[in-house]
Amino acid sequence: MSHASSPSVAVETLPLIRTLGIVSAICGLIIVGAYLATLDAAKANRQLAAERAVFKVVPSAKTITEYFLVDGRDIKPGEGADAPAGAIKFYAAYDAAGKLAGIAAEGAAKGYADTVRVMFGYTPSCQCVTGIGVVSMRETPGIGDKILTDTSFLANFKALDVKLNKDLSALANEVKVVKHGTKTDPWQIDAIAGATITSRAVGKGINDAAQMLLPKLVPQLQRLGTRG
Amino acid sequence: MENKPGEGCETGGCHSAAVPIKVVALTPQTPSNWMEFAEGLWERNPVFVMVLGMCPTLAVTVSAINSISMGLATTFVLAASCWLISLMRHMIPKEVRIATYIVIIATFVTVVDYAIQAISLDLYEALGAYIQLIVANCLVLGRAEAHAARTAPMAATMNATGMGLGFTLGLFMIGGVREILGSGTFFDIHLFGSNFQPWVVMVLPPGGFFVMGGWLLLFAIIRKRKEKAALAATEMEVQHGA
Amino acid sequence: MKGTLVELRSSPHIKRERTVEEIMRTVVWSLVPICVFYVFQYGVSALASIVVVTGACLWSERWFVRLGGQAGDLNDWSATITGLLLALCLPPGFPLWMGVVAGWSSVALGKAIFGGIGHNIFNPALVGRAFAQAAFPTAIATYTPSFLPGRFTEFIPSSLALPLMTPADTTAWLHAKQLDALAGATPLAKWKFEGVLAPAGDLLTSLFSHLPVGPSPLLILICGGYLAVRHFLDWRVPTAVLGSAALSAWVLYLVDSHHYPDPVFVLLSGGLMLGAIYMATDMVTSPVTPRGMWIYGGLIGVLTVAIRYYGGLPEGVMYAILIGNAATPLIERVTQPETFGTAVKRGREKK
Repeated sequence: MSHASSPSVAVETLPLIRTLGIVSAICGLIIVGAYLATLDAAKANRQLAAERAVFKVVPSAKTITEYFLVDGRDIKPGEGADAPAGAIKFYAAYDAAGKLAGIAAEGAAKGYADTVRVMFGYTPSCQCVTGIGVVSMRETPGIGDKILTDTSFLANFKALDVKLNKDLSALANEVKVVKHGTKTDPWQIDAIAGATITSRAVGKGINDAAQMLLPKLVPQLQRLGTRG
Repeated sequence: MENKPGEGCETGGCHSAAVPIKVVALTPQTPSNWMEFAEGLWERNPVFVMVLGMCPTLAVTVSAINSISMGLATTFVLAASCWLISLMRHMIPKEVRIATYIVIIATFVTVVDYAIQAISLDLYEALGAYIQLIVANCLVLGRAEAHAARTAPMAATMNATGMGLGFTLGLFMIGGVREILGSGTFFDIHLFGSNFQPWVVMVLPPGGFFVMGGWLLLFAIIRKRKEKAALAATEMEVQHGA
Repeated sequence: MKGTLVELRSSPHIKRERTVEEIMRTVVWSLVPICVFYVFQYGVSALASIVVVTGACLWSERWFVRLGGQAGDLNDWSATITGLLLALCLPPGFPLWMGVVAGWSSVALGKAIFGGIGHNIFNPALVGRAFAQAAFPTAIATYTPSFLPGRFTEFIPSSLALPLMTPADTTAWLHAKQLDALAGATPLAKWKFEGVLAPAGDLLTSLFSHLPVGPSPLLILICGGYLAVRHFLDWRVPTAVLGSAALSAWVLYLVDSHHYPDPVFVLLSGGLMLGAIYMATDMVTSPVTPRGMWIYGGLIGVLTVAIRYYGGLPEGVMYAILIGNAATPLIERVTQPETFGTAVKRGREKK
């Protein structure tokens, strides 16, 4: 601005606003374009990732459907949308014959380094957790990540008891992580020696999610029924 | 357009006798596009020489593939935003230039973010928040402010691409070493068999510092040796001359 | 004109000729009995570990001194001390190749990058151990029982792991030798994860059982006492470290004696004795002012107890001393005595 010599004239605001406006408009167009162009691929990726995670914890599953538990009462199909506030996401997994094989849900709790997110599979027939997988974690490699490989730890989840109490308001027995070698009950998790904190995070993640989800879900299991 | 003062000269424009003085004044200052491109690759490497953008450098370089992906994502953001900024450099008032640059950079970061989600969700999870954090990578804003804002689009894009590839190279050199020692693999190929003992520290954040420091040490040693050799050579010359 | 030459010197006029080299050599000699007993406890593996780790330290020192033109030499014995201390605070069956990595990085990361002898801010041996802890967390927690039969003729299998390869499983090895009964975690890990306390007498001498522990605390006390009496180390630092560790452990023990171990166990287990006497007292990385030494030692003792009780790992001496090292410049600044004659009040000077 070569003519900014007169001191009484304030900085011309119009060019500033105009520039920012034009730039923002261009940028907005670019962003929307990129969003639309990648939407389908990203959605497919997410679906694939969810299926992979669910199939791991409910091995007999062949197809999955996403559901939300809204306001702690209603079960609504997810249909690929983002979860509304306060809703809990879970997946109903169906076997080859279209029968409900299990429920997969995600739990999270603070581990040693960061939040440990686990996916667990719930089998209605035995009212127990029958498989877990880790969605994400940043635990110390070689110690915390034993939760993925330690066979005696994974044996805890062959049939981890998560029965509900009589009036279906909470779990009959809280899922508890106990010191290595002291497991006595089917609702206890035998921790990995030396990786107690990470083991505890897995247990707490499952317990918290099960406490919230199962009391609401179990009475309505019939509704999920079979897949048409 | 005064976009290509340097190129005009190279293609023979210098011989035009109309403004010889101007051309002489411009020639030494205007590097060719190739020089612009090569600058960032090694001579002024963003990681090892300018030491810019340390946050992703140390955080995501746990494997070679992560490093290269992060580097290429940054390269795209750098090149695209420098091109756009350079294109608009005459219409951006200096009072709002930082705001404008950030808007432009954030746009391309968002584009990259969507693109990586579409390409691979695993990669997206592995890089985590560091994709979004490219906005705050001082390399990008630094190049926009220091170079693209005063250079023609072609040269600015070349330079930004070079810088981005230099950044990628730096990340790869760190990530490769960390993956080999930290996981015993290179691009997920096992190098030492199943009995390999991983160096856990290498995949933890301190490993990034150690490897980065190791490379810097190596470069310092090489530079020192070269300087010594050059000094010895000149001394020899002086002695012979005397 | 002979005899008229007068040498003028400023004070101090009485000086004791004690060179760095002499101090270091004496410390090395005082470590010899500890090392010998350690080899007696664990056999050839311990011997190999001491030799290899110390060798790696010397090699690293040599390389960096030549490379960077730094002051220092192998003759000043400092790298030898680093190597011996590092070997003593690693498990006896620590794979030798990892020992080389630890030894090499202790001098490289702990000393050379700061500019060589006298410039380091952290104790090099502990830097090496910290690196090994971060790189090989499993191997560094794998202890084998002491006084195993046949220890002088047979290596602990994990020692001989091939470079870059995972060490052999010592539990299986013990099982094959039908020594399962002796196997177990270190006393600290046993306390932390299983709530079992080892008897104090065993911990003190490390002589009457097969406890998987480091060198004998009693022997360290004797050798350290010798150094303190001859003023090769300042008695204040170990006293402060052990005193504050015992005091904080005692207070917690009074609060909840079921949950927390007694102070004697805290003093005698793990590497506290070795750390307090040989590592916290490192002249370069500890404060020089007497008041500073008390603060520094007290900090280390309290931190050790805090990390042991509330941290994720059973042992905390290493990180406590490293944090103490880091705090040293600050402590020295705060405890700097005022120079005589300059302590004028900073108020208005009225006359």
